[in-house]
Amino acid sequence: MKILSSWIREFVPGITITDRQLADDLTLRGIAVDGVFDLGAHGSLFEMDITTNRVDAMNHYGIAREAATIYGLALKPLDASLPPAKATAKPFSVRIEEPKLCGRFTARLLRNVKIGPSTGIVAERFRLLEQKAIANAVDATNYVTLAMGHPTHAFDLDKLEGGIVIRRARKGEKLKTLDGVERTLDPDDLVVADEKKALGLAGVIGGWDTMITPETKNILVEAAWFDPATVRRSSKRHLVHTDASHRFERGADFNAPPVANALVSRIILEAGGAVEGELVDVVIPEADARTAKRASIGFRVSEVERILGPTEDGAGISAATAVDILRRLGCGVEDAARTETTATQRQDLDPSRASLGEPPQKSAPSGQAVTLPSWRLDLEREIDLIEEIARVYGYNRFRNTLPPFAGTVVELPWAEKESTVRRTLLALGFNEAISSTFCAAQDAAIFAREPDSAVAIGNPLSEEAGMLRPSLVPGMLEMLVLNLSRDVDDAALFEMGTTFSGNPENGYARVEERPTLAIGATGHAFGGGDVEFSDMKGAMEELLSRFAARSLYFDRFPAASGLMPAWLHPGRSARAAVDGGTVAWFGQLHPAEAERRKLKQTVWLGEVWLDRLYKQELRQPAVRELSRFQAVRRDFSVLLPERVTYAAAAGAVEALAIPEMQSYAAKEVLRGGKQIPEGQYSLLLGVVFQSNERTLREEEVQEWSRQVVGALETLGGKLRA
Amino acid sequence: MQDDGIPALRGWSEAELDAAFAAVAREVETSARALTSADEKEEFRLRWLGRKQGRLKAISDAWLKAAPAEAKKPLGQRFNTLKALIEARLEASSAATSMSVPDSETIDITLPGRRRRLGAEHPLIRTQHEIVRIFQRMGYSVGVGPEVETDYYNFESLNFPPGHPARDTQDTLVVAGQERKPLRERLLMRTHTSPVQIRTMEQQPPPVRIVIPGKVHRNDAADATHSPIFHQVEGLCVDVGITFADLKGTLDHAMKELFGSSVRTRFFPSFFPFTEPSADVQISCPFCGGAGCRKCKHSGWIELLGCGMVDPAVFGFVQQKQPGYDPQKISGFAFGMGVDRIAMMKYGIGEIGLLYSGDLRFLEQFA
Repeated sequence: MKILSSWIREFVPGITITDRQLADDLTLRGIAVDGVFDLGAHGSLFEMDITTNRVDAMNHYGIAREAATIYGLALKPLDASLPPAKATAKPFSVRIEEPKLCGRFTARLLRNVKIGPSTGIVAERFRLLEQKAIANAVDATNYVTLAMGHPTHAFDLDKLEGGIVIRRARKGEKLKTLDGVERTLDPDDLVVADEKKALGLAGVIGGWDTMITPETKNILVEAAWFDPATVRRSSKRHLVHTDASHRFERGADFNAPPVANALVSRIILEAGGAVEGELVDVVIPEADARTAKRASIGFRVSEVERILGPTEDGAGISAATAVDILRRLGCGVEDAARTETTATQRQDLDPSRASLGEPPQKSAPSGQAVTLPSWRLDLEREIDLIEEIARVYGYNRFRNTLPPFAGTVVELPWAEKESTVRRTLLALGFNEAISSTFCAAQDAAIFAREPDSAVAIGNPLSEEAGMLRPSLVPGMLEMLVLNLSRDVDDAALFEMGTTFSGNPENGYARVEERPTLAIGATGHAFGGGDVEFSDMKGAMEELLSRFAARSLYFDRFPAASGLMPAWLHPGRSARAAVDGGTVAWFGQLHPAEAERRKLKQTVWLGEVWLDRLYKQELRQPAVRELSRFQAVRRDFSVLLPERVTYAAAAGAVEALAIPEMQSYAAKEVLRGGKQIPEGQYSLLLGVVFQSNERTLREEEVQEWSRQVVGALETLGGKLRA
Repeated sequence: MQDDGIPALRGWSEAELDAAFAAVAREVETSARALTSADEKEEFRLRWLGRKQGRLKAISDAWLKAAPAEAKKPLGQRFNTLKALIEARLEASSAATSMSVPDSETIDITLPGRRRRLGAEHPLIRTQHEIVRIFQRMGYSVGVGPEVETDYYNFESLNFPPGHPARDTQDTLVVAGQERKPLRERLLMRTHTSPVQIRTMEQQPPPVRIVIPGKVHRNDAADATHSPIFHQVEGLCVDVGITFADLKGTLDHAMKELFGSSVRTRFFPSFFPFTEPSADVQISCPFCGGAGCRKCKHSGWIELLGCGMVDPAVFGFVQQKQPGYDPQKISGFAFGMGVDRIAMMKYGIGEIGLLYSGDLRFLEQFA
């Protein structure tokens, strides 16, 4: 919103400081000036950012009122005087059929007006504010909104058929609005109508058929007060947001309509014409009682101290200061004893809030009763007054203190586990990344942990972001693809984040969130050669062994079983199981998926279900006794048939259960070449024997070696020379 | 110069012993001076300290054998000293010999090292941890909550009544198929971490001090500084006698920890439905010290967070489950800050999109 400093100064002639100082002072009181632009002889243009609760300050007079409050200066009253009216036999008919939705309606007739371009101060200020000028009668309504914030409307009186009726729209009723759109109305819409037809959508936008044209001779000026929620619903329903709806839906000043009406009339009359009859002003007393005449609220200075705390000067906010600020804001302050009876009858504007918040202020022995200005419908409770006092006093004049504390600090139960996982992956050379929370429906179908469990977004950002991610893998893939497309050929990434699942059958009654980890690697991510399965498995082993599981093993299922995730290469992937339950899947991306994404380089992926992993405790170090006796190493080079996996070979050796066999490991695996026959592979198995009690004898080691060879031979292995 | 004969010993008096040992020591010094190669060193070691043919052993065997009982002790002491001398010379020569190795063993040390690279922690996580740790040191526990929230926790209980204009400020992504549920039960992507305030208070009677990091979502168009996905850290402190001055002091302290002790804060009135009074907080620009630079748009100040005293209406909602939150007795403050914005400022990141791209060229810079 744009504001002219010269206009503010017209309303508060006592301001002597510079525009820039004025802008700073307003900003520090919550009337934020985002930019100050020099207009030369015309002062400055302020670019304002007014918070949504301060509709009263969304105009020049409102901001002038703030300035007057801050500086304790006088605010010039608005001049609403008009030339004498020609008498009429009977007043123009205005009927409010919906007293709950329209609290006040003023109408004034102007005869023999002259429609033409705006001139003088209106034209000049429109130019400075870059406001589009249309014609004097229309500009007058916009000018008044800019001046004092109350929306008004001018009708071509000769197009009206009978008096004004404020009623609900009829179902299916049609109205062509000022923006040229033909709208179908709903009974929840409030309309300003004549006896025959709707003239405008109340508080939102006027109608096409009764608008001011160059031929207009006679005008009806409307200034009214409409129910905020009704205006908001109509504005939302018809997707039309106007200056008028913006103000009405935030709560306009109930006392403003007669003034606004006069101000509009004055401007129109400048080009000619005369007032006919007195102002018609229909006031619904209940609405008046809810707004302008709403009950005073109880106020205790002790609460100011309790909520705001000490001031810089140490004096705190005295009762006198508090009362002075409230009075400058337009409140009336009296001792509670006298107005106690009305103080309990607080009513909220918004019925949904009526039962909430503070209980109504009962008689407060040392308190005061504060009556509230009609333009500040946002003031409803004692706390609102405390905020006003803090605001006008100046937030930065309060001391900086630290509250004492004697409690304990509690860590989240999985905080250490999460930190261990992150630390481990960073040490393993994976870089942390964060990808989108959303994915495309096609990816959701492929990567979901359980079929048909992905959750759809009702109003997605884009088609590619239509689903809540059921897996971190599609995001990981996208990030790897991005890196490859930017000539980053070596990449190792991980992401820790939430994955989502729900049941579309029951309309997503609940959405489950699970902590998940994805890892991905491609190229020479870890130095050395291309990333291989063993790199991924090694990372998984290192990661999973941070946790104290009774068992950890890797396996896979036949491709035909349907148990493998669809995104993994069936022959180059594995499941990791901790204590018998799946915690991770990893391996090479399925060639079909790679093809679909036009990936030329092999990509390795894994997903760890942290919700399951976190059920395990972190492994606590437990020291085993170190042997004082020498270890004996024996290497066994065997040819094994391809069908015998390493796990089978190792299992056979393990099954020997030789207590002195301290460890064994595959030192080398060779396939192909002249030395190794077709259908076989060569395994170099290194075994370490050691005892904690004694030095091993050569004969025992020989015997165990024979057993090892025997176990491997049983599987079809042959010792190599 | 090999002289394997046993040196003469004139008698057993202290002086005679000293003279004899001095002569042997001279011999040790002479032969030690000539040591250069590892072979010579080994030869020296064997000659003097060899277990079977060592000269020290030979001399001590000969002299001790001949010595009367009362001379054995002074002899032994002197042999120990002599042995220490030999060992010291051997050690010194060993240091000296390592200084000279063949030139052929020289390598090019300017070649790059073989780095086993650590992964880089994400700048958002790094920043988030930094913020959280500051508040943990001030007695705050960490809390978290779901990313998919109900309308009740995201809006209603935070004093955004249904249909209220304040809801317009937070464009919301909603879960599909919620239309048939009552409004308050409808699921949406939380637009802020503030719902965790309510969830925490419902679980725990006052006092409470909690800091809440988390991911949030809004239905906003992406540009250089806006992303529909971003991160917040929320804080809440409720107790008897918590004041606006406490809020100011806490955030002033936190900002000094985060950006350096010379940073100043200033507070502006603002509006959030769930706090009252509400404030926006600016810090003096940590880059130019407040003089004005590009980063602070030449204003000297940078707006960094929103905060305020917990609105009594919010306590009212919480009281439905935890009656201890009586706004007449307790009070509290809440604050929230954008992690993305702070990270971007701290590290000079120009595009928020980089944070969510997974681009390694960007991420590796945080290693």
